[in-house]
Amino acid sequence: MKNDEPLILAFCCHYCAYAAADLAGSMRLEYPDNVRVLRLPCTGKIEVDYLLAAFERGVDGVIVAGCLEGGCHFLEGNLRARRRVERAKRLLDEIGLEPERLEMFNLSSAEGIRLAEIVTEMSGRLARLGPSPLRAGRRSAEGGVDPQTSEVFETSEVSEVSEVSRAEATVAGERP
Amino acid sequence: MIVADRKRVGEIRDMIKDHDRVLLVGCGTCVTVCLAGGERETGILGSAVRMALKLIGRGNVVVDECTIERQCEDAFIDALAPRVAGYDAICSLGCGAGVQALAERFPDKPVYPGLNTQFIGILESQGVWTEKCVGCGDCRLGEFAGICPISRCAKRLLNGPCGGSREGRCEVSPEVECAWQLIYDRARSLGILDRFESIAAPHDWSTGIDGGPRKVVREDQCIAGVESAR
Repeated sequence: MKNDEPLILAFCCHYCAYAAADLAGSMRLEYPDNVRVLRLPCTGKIEVDYLLAAFERGVDGVIVAGCLEGGCHFLEGNLRARRRVERAKRLLDEIGLEPERLEMFNLSSAEGIRLAEIVTEMSGRLARLGPSPLRAGRRSAEGGVDPQTSEVFETSEVSEVSEVSRAEATVAGERP
Repeated sequence: MIVADRKRVGEIRDMIKDHDRVLLVGCGTCVTVCLAGGERETGILGSAVRMALKLIGRGNVVVDECTIERQCEDAFIDALAPRVAGYDAICSLGCGAGVQALAERFPDKPVYPGLNTQFIGILESQGVWTEKCVGCGDCRLGEFAGICPISRCAKRLLNGPCGGSREGRCEVSPEVECAWQLIYDRARSLGILDRFESIAAPHDWSTGIDGGPRKVVREDQCIAGVESAR
């Protein structure tokens, strides 16, 4: 990944977007490699603080990708996620960041092509917006991302496991 | 419960931007229930304020968060005291009582409000809270079929309705229900309409806020003596 490419974090629902990303890979589709996928059991697991935490750590854009409306495995998780994404966008505006850096998309697990389109679309949008002003030092870092953002991506696998296990604990009726 | 909502991020940022270390303190009671200043909202605001500060070149301001069970009681603030020592200022996400309780407890720390305290109200539907009580100090709900004309009638009429009542709505706004229509309908269903054949007496406003801050004293509970409470 080049240093001037936007960094995108994609919160993907296990039942649709994550499977679609898998499919895109199986189909040998090409899409920008500046996206890091974080699997959730459902986009209903998304909270506003997750989205803000991503921006605070310096990512340029965030995708929330859930099931088609009416097709949520948990009935309305994706509808709740959309309301939270809208709230986070209003907060980004208050903070002074462009709300367009955050977007929610709906797709099915069969839409590997659509996933590639979404990543390409967001990558282009973020390239037009420029790097997040919260990524101080990114451009001056030679051949790499700034340490704070590196940390985000290096720990993303760990985050996935912990978020999924916390979510499953919640589903099972326990407090995470 | 007391209902509040969050101030805008920019307003909070401008209040605290000249400090070096700021502690955001949430409250686990009323403002948690009205989704304004509980643990989650404090975390969200902390993240938002840190980003907003960084964008104006004040990214070196340390903003940390914590939430205590109840800001309006000194006993609950005890646990907070050791932590506060490491900060220049506090931003409270409690109601106005919580902000002032912290200010009294920590006289050497500036305390800023993160919320706008609105009213005493109830949850009308998910995400919607409405005012039900102004704390007038002389409750007369028994006279008005359990519906308060002081908090819910725009004119605070004790002998209503006025001529601005239209099909159950108030002339102030079509979204506002006419309190006197509600009172009349409920009194009729309870079979107590005859109560309104006599004129309601004027309200004793001396128990309200206009006489300065009020105090409630339970003499049997005053361990330090009644005189110290007065």
